[in-house]
Amino acid sequence: MDEFLLRALAGGLLVAAISAPLGCLVVWQRMAWFGSTLSHAALLGIALGFLLGLDLKLSILLMSVAMTVLLLLMQRFPDIGSDTVLGILAHGSLAIGLIAISLIPSLRIDLMAYLFGDILTITWSDIGWILAGSVVVMVTLARIWNPLLSSIVHADLASVDGHQRGRLQFVFLMLLSVAVAVSMQVVGLLLVVSLLVIPAATARGYATSPERMVFLALLVAVVSVVLGLVVSYLLDTPTGPSIVAASTLLFALATISRTLRQGTA
Amino acid sequence: MSVEAPAIAGMTGDALLSLRDVHVTRGGRSILKDISLDLAAGEIITVIGPNGAGKSTLIKAALGIIDPDSGTVTRHGDPVIGYVPQSIALDPTLPLTVRRFLALAGEGNERAWKSALDRVGAGPLLEASMHDISGGEMRRVLLARALLRNPAVLILDEPTAGVDITGQGALYRLIQEIRTDLHCAVLLVSHDLHVVMAATDRVLCLNQHVCCSGAPDQIREHPEYLAIFGRQASAEIGIYRHHHDHHHDLHGDVCEHDHLPESHSHHG
Repeated sequence: MDEFLLRALAGGLLVAAISAPLGCLVVWQRMAWFGSTLSHAALLGIALGFLLGLDLKLSILLMSVAMTVLLLLMQRFPDIGSDTVLGILAHGSLAIGLIAISLIPSLRIDLMAYLFGDILTITWSDIGWILAGSVVVMVTLARIWNPLLSSIVHADLASVDGHQRGRLQFVFLMLLSVAVAVSMQVVGLLLVVSLLVIPAATARGYATSPERMVFLALLVAVVSVVLGLVVSYLLDTPTGPSIVAASTLLFALATISRTLRQGTA
Repeated sequence: MSVEAPAIAGMTGDALLSLRDVHVTRGGRSILKDISLDLAAGEIITVIGPNGAGKSTLIKAALGIIDPDSGTVTRHGDPVIGYVPQSIALDPTLPLTVRRFLALAGEGNERAWKSALDRVGAGPLLEASMHDISGGEMRRVLLARALLRNPAVLILDEPTAGVDITGQGALYRLIQEIRTDLHCAVLLVSHDLHVVMAATDRVLCLNQHVCCSGAPDQIREHPEYLAIFGRQASAEIGIYRHHHDHHHDLHGDVCEHDHLPESHSHHG
């Protein structure tokens, strides 16, 4: 196997591994739109990264954190719906990001590579970053898993047990920011959310416990990454979209099979 | 009838949980004022009141979920608190069995979960999905979760809302049994006047302030209680009340209030 394929596989599998638990948490809390906002804002992060000479993953991470804080601050205005706030932040930052990139004359960047991912050009150093991000996400998630789940099930009940939902939620959003930053190269900013949401949604119908849903989502994500890479390699299709298309296909198959099962039951 | 000022519901002395002069305001509007309450081991206090009386807010203040704007909520000797919320609006995207839900509490093991479920008469539900159980079953599962940590104080929000009349009686009997077994203090909020009157030691009638409080028999005759629950209460008196033709001079700590708002000034 070519080494670049091996690198792509390593990066893709790491992203799949963190996408599964985070994606389930996104789905359970109906936060897909929030993930989209982070990924749109990441383009502004890229522009700022170029301007300030920062590492792009770091600048994306900083921008995601800034968006999270901004969103939490905007919750002081409940008369602007939170989905509306997300829409404003997502598209406002996307627009400003696109303008900023067009204004940097010396910069000839391939926007497509950021929007749709460029997993085949991934370097071992990139994989090091993804690995570091994955470890942070996994270790932190493992530590807060039960309290976080408990606060999602019933915030007051968890609060009586001493688990503050607000604090747990903030940690979760930070982890999501890390995931967006490290997934960018694999599936691209426009498709980051799909790798979070689609495997989780595929798993739901076959899961009876939260952990089983995470495990099944992980399987779906891994198969999607492998399938997407193979198809992309053989047919020379863009890799990020191929991975997402593969997971969409798995979702469709799972849903059809559920429907048939219910029909015969 | 002697007056206790400020009116404090419940016995003092061996109180596990005390509220003193608790005020809660939201958006400039007063939701709770001057609430004082002592909850002692082995005692069941029921909070009744019309919609918007601040019942849920009182529960949240007692639980420490919200901080009062003034006044204090004190836990004496750090008692273990068991909370039974009204219900759980579980998102359908989240798969959860009763077993996993109980495990989430972070207490006990398989055997503890089973025995807690058996205790509340929900033994067969261990493997059931939380999405598939009825309102009454949900209440029992929530109660079982609270029991996992052997609470010294049990706080229940509308434990019988949405449960049919037979189920209501059964749930109240269960709460009484648990009180006896654990010798825990119980604070509960309820709408079901008649069952409350039959199954509680003290009643606290709440309408933002404490209208009146005391033993069920005393509350029943209190003008403020009748003003709030008038028709409903009098319709049920004939069935549930055993008649008295004397006054309750012996229980002097109840049914008087020294700063009544205008709207409640129709004392006889």
